[in-house]
Amino acid sequence: MSPLLEAIDVSKNYGSFSALKNVSLEFFENETVAIVGPNGAGKTTFVNVLTGLLKPTQGEVIFLGQSIAGVGPVKLSQYGMARAFQLVQIFPQLTVQETIVAAVISQKKKQYDFWSRSLNDKELVDRALEVANIFKLGKKMNWQASYLSQGEKKLLDIASAFALSPQVILLDEPTSGISTADKRGIMDTLMSAAKLAGIKAMLLVEHDMELVAEYSTRIVALAEGKLLADLPPKEFFASEELQAKIIGKKVHHA
Amino acid sequence: MKFKPLLILVVLIFALCMVPFVLPAYYVTLVLPAIAYGIALIGFNLLFGYTGLLSFGHALYIALGAYTVAIFTSRLGITSMELNILAAVLCSMVIAIPIGLLCVRYVRIFFGMLTLAFGMLFHSFLFKFYELTGGDSGIKVIRPHLFGQDLSHLDKTAYLIGPFFYYSLFLLLIFGFIMWRMVNSPLGNHLKTIRDNPRKAEYLGVKVHQFRLISFVISAMYGAVGGALLVVPVGLADPELAYWTHSGNIVFMTILGGFNHFFGPIVGAFAFIGLKDQLVTLTQYWRFALGVVLVLLVILLPGGIMGLLSKKNSPNRGGD
Repeated sequence: MSPLLEAIDVSKNYGSFSALKNVSLEFFENETVAIVGPNGAGKTTFVNVLTGLLKPTQGEVIFLGQSIAGVGPVKLSQYGMARAFQLVQIFPQLTVQETIVAAVISQKKKQYDFWSRSLNDKELVDRALEVANIFKLGKKMNWQASYLSQGEKKLLDIASAFALSPQVILLDEPTSGISTADKRGIMDTLMSAAKLAGIKAMLLVEHDMELVAEYSTRIVALAEGKLLADLPPKEFFASEELQAKIIGKKVHHA
Repeated sequence: MKFKPLLILVVLIFALCMVPFVLPAYYVTLVLPAIAYGIALIGFNLLFGYTGLLSFGHALYIALGAYTVAIFTSRLGITSMELNILAAVLCSMVIAIPIGLLCVRYVRIFFGMLTLAFGMLFHSFLFKFYELTGGDSGIKVIRPHLFGQDLSHLDKTAYLIGPFFYYSLFLLLIFGFIMWRMVNSPLGNHLKTIRDNPRKAEYLGVKVHQFRLISFVISAMYGAVGGALLVVPVGLADPELAYWTHSGNIVFMTILGGFNHFFGPIVGAFAFIGLKDQLVTLTQYWRFALGVVLVLLVILLPGGIMGLLSKKNSPNRGGD
């Protein structure tokens, strides 16, 4: 099976500092890959390179057979990769419906249509409702985003990324800022949404090791800009040495 | 739009149509600039209220429209108002595209300062290029023909409060309707995402720079149409039209009416002109009084007049 997304010998330097050193990785269909590592390990740089935001100093990033090194967010969304950020990103004054419709407009390439009413367009509105329902936001379509609860804002943020119908989605700490009790709920919603939306692979940057253990199918660990480990969760959590390097302390895993 | 707002709109349009029959000529001539500004301001608000870019140099495009009409009618002898407006629109497009290409790379105060700078550049151009622009004395505007009708048999007031009034109102309705469609279209949706969160917008596939430019150019075109209408009753295009205080008035009117509302800028234009007219007759310190109004507005009524009239924000907007 050929990989969906591939980083080939990727390095990224900032001046004399190298944030990423010769990382090669492949991501395949049906994977949920957690990217872990201590602060300063190069996680952010790596995902920025993987999503075409940063051009690597050396190496290539191939997504579905084409290079996406440094293509930028708009092209990325057209190629079929979506990304959601650690801090909730919403459009405060737009409704839930308008927010999701914005993504559907891009996906259906209707953005130059300046004459039709976007909220009267059945194709746009139906698709938006479909996505909203997956995220349990269907009853709040006319709510202004700024009035939603924190958890709902997070869901809306991710829902709008899903509405692009991407093949691969990268989620940067999807549960940050969410109370511990709600984290599982969000993750469960996300996993089932990904299945429903036909997303082929999911990349997660996550600090919460319990969530990583529970939801990922593979763990990629970075440290000091280098690839430290690329293992299934079972093997990863079997190695106390690895965990000590990543988390900085021993974790007794349930 | 639901039934009730539509009814209010129809009543208001009807009321505007009746203005020449019920108000004295003087007040009718006051409505003329309000209509002209109304067109310019809904364009300005596409950029400000919908795209989130506050231009301090929008008077440039009003002046551009005004000078186009002045040059066309009195220098080139082209008196068809439709051709004049078409020329003004094309002119503003040609000027706004390069300026916009540069300006939309910046946001907030940097965008504001750049647009201000271009506005002032144009102002000094009008001053210095005497041959073309008539310098500080400006250029006279010859009364244009409307829909091919030579109306020179009417005296000036009859022309203004009769055919020209309805002509202006007609254009306001047309351009207002086009803008209404645009802000509710997919294009308008993407502009609003850019206003609220450009970074997130990019990740949803919104072409942020390109759409800012589109918004910039459309707003310039509306400005030029407004300027073309504004200059006919005055009869003179002069450099003051491009001066930065005029750009300031445009911002003021929009805030006065309420930039969060589609009709806010039009309401603002009418309110501003009415207010200024009343204040000028009341006191020689009318500028001071206008300043006080602006201060009170920002503190007490940030949503403008329309913010006060429309119901308070509720979580469920019921699809307005």
